[in-house]
This record gives sequence, C-alpha cells and structure tokens, in this order.
Amino acid sequence: MYDKTLAELSSGLRSGAFSAVELAEHFLARTERFHTQLNCLISVSPELAMARAADADRQRAEGDSRPLLGIPLMHKDIFCTEGVKTSCGSKMLDNFVAPYESTVSRKLKEAGTVMLGKTNMDEFAMGSSNETSYYGPVRNPWDTDCVPGGSSGGSAAAVAARLAPAATGTDTGGSIRQPASLCNVTGLKPTYGRVSRYGMIAFASSLDQAGPMAATAEDCALLLAAMAGFDPADSTSLDRPVPDYQSTLTNSIKGLKIGLPKSFFSTGLNSAIAQVIETALSEYRQAGAELVEVDLPHMHLSVPVYYVVAPAECSSNLSRYDGVRYGHRADSPKDLEDLFKRSRDEGFGAEVKRRVMIGTYALSAGYYDAYYRKAQQIRRLISEDFRQAFEKVDVIMGPTSPTTAFKIGEKTDDPVSMYLSDIYTIAVNLAGLPGISIPAGMLNGLPVGLQIIGNYFDEGRLLNAAHQYQLLTDWHKKIPEAFC
Amino acid sequence: MNWETVIGLEVHVQLATCSKIFSGASIAYGAEPNTQACAVDLGLPGVLPVLNKEAVRMAVKFGLAVNAQIASRSVFARKNYFYPDLPKGYQISQYELPVVGPGSLDIEPEGTDVRRIGITRAHLEEDAGKSLHEDFHGMSGIDLNRAGTPLLEIVSEPDLRSAKEAVAYLKKLHTLVRYIEISDGNMQEGSFRCDANVSIRPEGQAEFGTRAEIKNLNSFRFVEKAINFEIERQIDVLEGGGTVVQETRLYDSDKDETRSMRGKEEANDYRYFPDPDLLPLDIAPELLDEIRASLPELPDAKKERFVETYGLSAYDAGVLTASREMADYFETVVERSSADPKIAANWVIGELTGALNKAGIELGQSQVSAEQLAGLLDRIADNTISGKIAKEVFDAIWNGEGSADEVIDRRGLKQITDTGAIEAVIDEVLAANPGQLEQYRAGKDKLFGFFVGQVMKKTQGKANPSQVNQILKEKLK
Amino acid sequence: MSLSSDEVRKVAHLARLGIEESAISEYAEQLSRILELVEQMQAVDTEGVEPMAHPQDISQRLRDDEVTETDQRDRFQEGAPQVESGLYLVPKVIE
Repeated sequence: MYDKTLAELSSGLRSGAFSAVELAEHFLARTERFHTQLNCLISVSPELAMARAADADRQRAEGDSRPLLGIPLMHKDIFCTEGVKTSCGSKMLDNFVAPYESTVSRKLKEAGTVMLGKTNMDEFAMGSSNETSYYGPVRNPWDTDCVPGGSSGGSAAAVAARLAPAATGTDTGGSIRQPASLCNVTGLKPTYGRVSRYGMIAFASSLDQAGPMAATAEDCALLLAAMAGFDPADSTSLDRPVPDYQSTLTNSIKGLKIGLPKSFFSTGLNSAIAQVIETALSEYRQAGAELVEVDLPHMHLSVPVYYVVAPAECSSNLSRYDGVRYGHRADSPKDLEDLFKRSRDEGFGAEVKRRVMIGTYALSAGYYDAYYRKAQQIRRLISEDFRQAFEKVDVIMGPTSPTTAFKIGEKTDDPVSMYLSDIYTIAVNLAGLPGISIPAGMLNGLPVGLQIIGNYFDEGRLLNAAHQYQLLTDWHKKIPEAFC
Repeated sequence: MNWETVIGLEVHVQLATCSKIFSGASIAYGAEPNTQACAVDLGLPGVLPVLNKEAVRMAVKFGLAVNAQIASRSVFARKNYFYPDLPKGYQISQYELPVVGPGSLDIEPEGTDVRRIGITRAHLEEDAGKSLHEDFHGMSGIDLNRAGTPLLEIVSEPDLRSAKEAVAYLKKLHTLVRYIEISDGNMQEGSFRCDANVSIRPEGQAEFGTRAEIKNLNSFRFVEKAINFEIERQIDVLEGGGTVVQETRLYDSDKDETRSMRGKEEANDYRYFPDPDLLPLDIAPELLDEIRASLPELPDAKKERFVETYGLSAYDAGVLTASREMADYFETVVERSSADPKIAANWVIGELTGALNKAGIELGQSQVSAEQLAGLLDRIADNTISGKIAKEVFDAIWNGEGSADEVIDRRGLKQITDTGAIEAVIDEVLAANPGQLEQYRAGKDKLFGFFVGQVMKKTQGKANPSQVNQILKEKLK
Repeated sequence: MSLSSDEVRKVAHLARLGIEESAISEYAEQLSRILELVEQMQAVDTEGVEPMAHPQDISQRLRDDEVTETDQRDRFQEGAPQVESGLYLVPKVIE
C-alpha cells in the first residue's frame, strides 16, 4: 500500500479496497518501524490518527467521497495544531501546545485528512540541511549519512521513505523545493498569498509560504486545492478563486514555452547535475515544448539580498520568545534583562542566533539604508527580471539545488557555504512566485530535482508541466530500497 | 536674560472602537486581567494582525477635522524593543508614512488672540499592556488586556509657548476628539494621555534649546504644573551655567516635580521597518468623501454659528460649544421653546451647569432634560411665572416633581396678571404703610422698590413684576 | 565589512541574547563572513528604485469592528511559565 500515490490511495478508499483505519494503521506501522532511523518526526499521534481515521470511515459510509477523506499525512512542526505539541524544531517551544489550529492544518483536517504526526525541521525553519533542529538532524532515506535538505527535511524524508503519502512543508528560501530535490519527492511552493500563513510560525513573513510535498504532481494538486484560498485572518492572503488544478493536469504541453536562465546553467553548476537537467529538458522538447533562453541579470544577488531580508524579519518575528507568556524560561532569573537574555540564549540554537543578530544589525541605526533598504531595492530588481522573463515564456526551468544531498556535518561550520545551497530557489521567494521541484534523475544513488518556476498564480500550469513529465518518466516512483 | 519656552505635545488618544486595532478582542475597560487578551494580543506563535476598519475611519475623521492631509497610502511599521508588557517584542505603529499628515488647530487661550498650532502628524498604533507592581513575591504581574487597544498618536509642532497654551491646545484637542466621537477622552482611564517636549531658549534666538520629554501627564492640571516646573528647572540649570540634557523625565504629582528617568532607559535603537504582516493602507477618495460627509459640525464652526444665529456673546457661545452634548442640549432647548435663545443660554450656563456641578454629575445624567427646561422657559416667556419663581420650578423638576406645568399647577405658582387683582394688593400695601408712602411722596424715590417687594411678598412672588411696576407707578404719581 | 567583538556584544544586547563571552569571537567571525556575502549588494546602483516590502502590490484589507474573541485565559495560560491571579509574573519591573 505504501508505494501507492495519494491519488491511488484516494481511489482505493473510494472503491472500498481498504478503509481509512487500515490505511492509518499501515502508515503508523511503517512510521513506528522507520522513523527513529530517519529522525524525521518530532511527534507521532497514533491515538488521534486512529480516531480521525474512524471518523473518516464513518463519513464515507454516510456518502462523503471527497478525495482527501481518510488520507494520512504529516504536518511540518511549524503548523500550530491543537492538542499536539508545536515545537518549530526549537528548544524554545519544546513545551508549547498551541491553543489554536493553523489555517493550513485546519483546512486539511476539514478536507478529511488524518494527521499521523509532526515532522522534524530546521529550528524555526532556518537551515538547508535539517541539522539545526533541537531534536537532532534528519537523515536522508537514500543515504542515512546524508542530509535530507531543509528546512522541511523531516517532511521530505518521511514522504521519500513513504511513512506517509504526503506532508506539508513551508518554503521561505527553498525549504520545500530543496529537500524535495534531495529526497526525490515532488514539492510545491505556491505564490505568496495563495495559502494562508495564519497559525504557521513565522520565520520571514514576506517570504514564508506553505505548500504540499508528495510523490507526484497530481498528489500535490489534490493537496493544494484543499490548502489554498483566502483567509480573513491573514492580511497578506489573497482573495482569488482557487482553480481546479486537477482538471488542467492533463492539458497538452505542446508549445509550452520554457525559459532557461543563463545564470542557472553557467559556472558553478556541477556538470553531472547539469547533465541530468539537460536530459529532463530534452524530454520536454520531445513532448513539444519550446526552450528559450532568458536573462535574469540580478539573479546572483538573490542570496545576499535574502540574507538581509530574511534575518531582518526573523529578528523581529522571534522577539516574542521572551520567556514571559509561553515557551522556554530560564531558571530563577535575577532580573528582567536576565530573564530575556538567558531564556533566549538557552532556547535558541546557534543558527537562529546568527540570523537574529545579522537581522538586528541590518536594521539598526546607521545600517538600515545600506542593508535593509538596499536589499529591498534589489529585491524589486530581481522581481522585475522575472516579470520581463515571463513576458516571453510560460515557465522557467533549471536545477533546484546545486548539489545532491551532502554529508551530515559537512557544512555545519560554514554558514555561508550552507546558504549557497539555496542559490536557485531563493529568488523565487523574493519575487513571491510559485515553484515546484520534481524528481528528475539520480547521481550516485542520490536524487536530483528539476525546478519549474511559474508566473504569479500559475500553480495550475506548474502542476500540469510536472504531471506531463511524470507521465513520461518514473523517477518519482523510486523509493529507497531500505524502506521498501 | 529673558527666556522663551518652546513646547511640543504628543497626545495618545484611545479610539472608541469595540474591538482592538488588530484583533477581535474587546477593549472594554476594567475587565479581569488577561481575559481580553486573545491569541493575537498575546503574540502567540503564528498569529497575524488584521486592521480594524473603524480605527482607520476614526484616524481619517480626525485628520479631516484638523484640515490635515490624509495620506492616500500609509504604512505600518514595527518598533522593536523588549519589555514584558509588549508581547511581540515590537509595537505596530506608523513611522515614515503616517495616515494623517500636516494639519492645524486654532486655540484661544484666555485673554489672548487666536493662535494657530501646527499638527505635524497623527498615526495609528497599538497600545501595550500594563505591569502591576503589587508585590507578587518580589515579582511584577503583567496584564495584557490593554495590549492592542487602538491609539491615535497626535504630534504637534513645537508651536506652543507656555504651559497655558499647552493646556488650551490640549483642551481644544480633547473637545475635538469627543465631538467627532473618536474617543471618550476619559483621562482617568488613560484614554487621553500626553507627553510634553519642553525646551527654553533666549528670547530672539532662532534655534531650539535642548528638550526634555515629560512622560504620561494624565490631567490638564498636571500638564500645566509639570511644564511650569520643567521651565523653571531648565532656567535654573542654564542660568547656573549648566546644560540641559536631552532625556525623558517623569512628573511626580505628589512632589510636584519632574525627575529624570535616566539609567532606567537606555539609548534606544528601535529598528523600525515596514511590518511584513500588514500591507500598505490605501485610502480611496470615495472613502475620504464618505467620511467627510459624516463629519459633524466642528466646535469652531458651531461657536461661530451660535454667535450669528442666536446672538450670543463669543464667551457664552464658547462655553456652550465646549462639548457636543452641551451644544446639543442648548439647541434642543432653543428648538423646543419660544424663549429668547439668550435666556436659554443663561439658563444652561447658569442654573443647569450649577446644578450639575453641585450634584457632581455629567450633562448626560442631568435630572432636567432639555425638553423640560424648554417647557419651563416657555412659562417664563408667556408670563405664567416670573424668572424668580422659575428657579423654584427648576429645583422641583430637578427633584423629580414632573414638568414645569405640573409643578406650577400643583404648587399654585401661576403668575397673577389680572390687573384688578394686582391693583387690590397694591392698594392694601399702600394703606398698610402710610409712613413709607409719605416719605416717598416727599422725594425718597428709593422706596419704590420697597413697595414692589411688599406686593411680591403678599402675592408669594406670583404677581407679574412688570405689571406691578406699571400699576404702582400710576398709583404713586 | 567585518564585525568586531564589541559590535557583536552590542547587537546581542539589542536582540536580548545572552551570548557567552567565550562564544563572542566565533560569532564575530561567522557574522563577518555573512556580511561579506551580503556586501555584494553594494556594487548595484539602486538609485530611484522603490524598495519592495511585499511580493504583491496590493493594499491592506480592513476588518469590521466586531468583538469576535471570547475569554480563553485559562487555556492560554496553561503552558505559561509563571502565572498568578490571571497575571503573567516576571521579575520586578522598575519604572
């Protein structure tokens, strides 16, 4: 059962081949068996899952046949879930049980999904390798000495090893797409504002966006349909109808104009990865797509810009963790300042502290213009580059990550080299565009992902392009042997 | 040396919305601690702010009332600092682009001409919670009910030149915000709070001196006393050869002095930046027109109209328009009665205000309604009772004895206007006082009043005074 | 651009992070490297470019002024570090 896609499981449930309870039992058993090996979960909630699965079966008996009814999944531990701890991968929130439900988890719950547990992640979503988690690093199911990518590494690893058919993730600079690429799953980061951020613990508010991770684009389409939509509780959520993503999956891609940014394929890209991407692109060409070169002249500045904007926003977003109302509090503080400083020093890990300090510095008197303002100006130039490119092409393609999964510990002492893992994904967040990573090949037993970037609200076309590729290839069907 | 005082005021007005500026929690005063602090107000992880429409409308209303420019696009920013009553570690405020731009307010301090005081800006922001210092085993308690309450911070230009002017400006502002119904202006409950920036400079010098900021002045009296203390302190410092330090000072009303908060407040670096959770606030021209159309008549215009339409003195018109309730009360009286508006004004300013003060209550709780007062004035106008009797009737109405007509009826206070009856009483009085009559005839004119008094006494004040005068004059010819 | 240990102390204080003295120099070194990366921005001429704070150029939506929240103090305070009489307790606030 585990090797089936979400869409296949959905039909199985509908046809009565198995029940939601059986499905939940099956995936909980796999979770039980494998999750400690991968360290991909922070909380497992079997009782809750079984109760929800039983509810789903009852609803089905009453005639409910919605596609996600009874589908098990896992939520990244960044989404507040009533009754189950929400740690955000941090010691700071190790004891935090949210008294409310995030809009994403609520919508998926209302759609009938069964939550099995909460996945491990980089602390406050800050990281590209899942090594900054307070709960220890997540291991890549393709090679457990390697990282799964981050920050949604727990979700990517869990789906790759099929401990669940799907998981939610969040993407601030590549946190869905890069781990999807490193773990051989399909991961979609929607347009900024497409999915509500309410109840999703903030890292960088103007960049954060939640999205689905699953085996296929078709699965992601099913999930996105349930996650997307206007939310009055999020001022940045956009009031636009959610299209029927399912119905456009089968559109022909003949004549699809694919933009290839020169900067994605120039120096710095590992030639073996370039080869894999070229092969994927030739599949598209054969399917009738047209490849066009595009120029994104400010692309190389996206990492520097991001490492001002994201830290600036996070330095402020994380000020609420002060040991007063919830979360970690230092023992017997001698005064207020001691309470704040020790609670925060003890509660946050090194990467979070680095980013909070960089952001504080970039916003402080005398540096604001040179850093924060400058970064926001270049952000507009980057976004403008995309706007011009999308006048010529329908989608943009390239690698998701400059490398395959690297060894645990390899980059932990060098924050800057770690930051460069997101070199191809970050610009998409700065512009607020949608992007998807799909399995496109293997190098030495490790997955390589193809990134497809779309225009604003063009998730339908991204999913269509990804689905058509998945009809022609079977990379997305590969499951690491140790988990079969 | 002669010193000139320069004062600029920052006033925080609590807006009279139902819910908070960024959440749906109530802002009602006096609730149990933390029972009105919702997830958004507590800054729980993952929650987001959504702006209250009414708070925006109120800010715009204020802007229009002070002839300010309303920004077609303004931006919310985060002001970052750590404090236990600031749940998110930042306050959502407006920094570079406030909703209300430059405007002005005319003040008329007693005995001086009208002065136009510049308003630099007014911006929307959220209030913080409260720290309670009752002893909890050596700790403080934090109540976040107030966190997220909508505030309009109104910043004046440094145009004020004395404590008196500062108070006149504040009173005018206080009247205005209640007029346009954006705040209850309750100073005890902190709905109208003021910080004063005070500096002095030698007369004739163009540059400003170094200023001190005096925090949280919560009554007009304290504003005046604190500023005057601060002026004297700065003069002493400068004349003693010292320099004024730019700092925040706290006014201690018990000791009537300001004292430095230095040491407790470090050099702040608030790291303002646009709040990424909130989008730019756009005010469409249609909304602006709609709000403009909903503006009530403003105090200055009302005062002018009272002078022109009712023939009141500028002073009386000023008193009557000091609050919208008072003006409305007066106009109801005028509308409902045929009395001369000037007499109505005298009654409202005199008898009514006196009774309210004596009872220590507000106009809203008055025991004589505008309609009742109108009824009373009608009886004076149609000579049913005299002005003097009217005061007795007023007291009776105040004490719940019913309308003027009922009181007059029940107590038999109807004025005697029958000429024959009055003549009879006058004859009696003259007959009973032959000595006085003789003296009068001998030229002691002053005794005329004595006879009037006797007639009124005999009729228990009910005889129509002008008729008494007239008939008596005839008789004594 | 590099950060001195003193600057790191200053920034850590602003951010209320009680960084151990022994860790300051390592942070200074790492933060300096991040700033070096960021420094590439200075080569770009951004004269006249409007800063971009949000991905979408749309305006703030407004909420009706309605009380929608009820008292949930007990739930909110369940996980609080220290409460008494409904108040969050902290070391003495000195004003």
